Amino acid sequence: MSSPANTTTADAPEFYEIVAHDHPAHASTQIGFWIYLMSDCLIFASLFAIYGVLGGSFAAGPSPEHLFNLPLVAVSTTALLLSSITYGFAMLDMDEGKQKSTLIWLSITGLLGAVFLGLTLYEFYHMIQEGAVPQRSAFLSAFFVLVGTHALHVTFGILWLITLVAQISMKGLIPANKIRVQCLSMFWHFLDVIWIGVFTVVYLMGMLR
Amino acid sequence: MSAQSPDTLTASEMAHAHPNPHAHGDGHDHGTRRTYLIGFALSVILTAIPFWLVMGDVIADRTIATLLIMAFGVAQIFVHMVYFLHMNTKSEGGWTMMAAIFTIIVIVIALSGSLWVMFHLNTNMMPGHTMNPADMI
Repeated sequence: MSSPANTTTADAPEFYEIVAHDHPAHASTQIGFWIYLMSDCLIFASLFAIYGVLGGSFAAGPSPEHLFNLPLVAVSTTALLLSSITYGFAMLDMDEGKQKSTLIWLSITGLLGAVFLGLTLYEFYHMIQEGAVPQRSAFLSAFFVLVGTHALHVTFGILWLITLVAQISMKGLIPANKIRVQCLSMFWHFLDVIWIGVFTVVYLMGMLR
Repeated sequence: MSAQSPDTLTASEMAHAHPNPHAHGDGHDHGTRRTYLIGFALSVILTAIPFWLVMGDVIADRTIATLLIMAFGVAQIFVHMVYFLHMNTKSEGGWTMMAAIFTIIVIVIALSGSLWVMFHLNTNMMPGHTMNPADMI
């Protein structure tokens, strides 16, 4: 190989990377998905900032002590936390190539997600029945946007989970499905991380306010 | 801890793979049943304590209680990032960590900036503070 210093334009060797840069399929999927999650994190950061600013503006309406039901929040937190570990078990079984138990753990995760979603919707329904609607006060607007955005993410996570269960049942644990399960794993654990922020800032600190 | 699961690569991919397989792609690490259970146990503890603090009215001073709850929340977020999201300084050649650090910096600026600015705005714009129109010129 000639040194770069003595190259003339005529006999300058041209190098092509043929084998040295072989990217395995889906090599950049995970980092790309991670970047997406980080941008999603910023959406939640701005919603938390809004809640932090407006969370005390009750406009003489109901305050957290009147609205929040902590035992209910504890149950939904438990459901989401359990779904994180069941998803972890699905990942471990997938790595060992056990398709059936992967599907079982993924289904349990989906059910726990549905329990969480059902409890959130029940809470929303209960609040709206009491007149604590988003347009009642700035606190309630910020609350419904923050918790609602999280619930929407969980909804799409469950839809993705159902799709994946169907795909794995039909095509097995092919590399493409594995990478999808890994991306959903990041998404699912990320939603749990956001929920830690929600129950800490909105529910627990709201009761102490 | 299996750093790299060989079954995600086909035989031909293995043969042609980069000399350092961690340079591209499969640099993530999935953890083991043990690390998942440790993470789960830690997060159960870190969730149960703040709920108990609030539901049981354990600490009379609300400022101390709030700070404690926030500390538990931050600790639990770190537990989830390490044990469930498997964050470390090596995966994807360090770029996941870079992206996360950048995001955390932006979040801290956005949150502290918003709260700081809006707190002062609220203090200065209280309804009781009716301004004399002559002062506004």
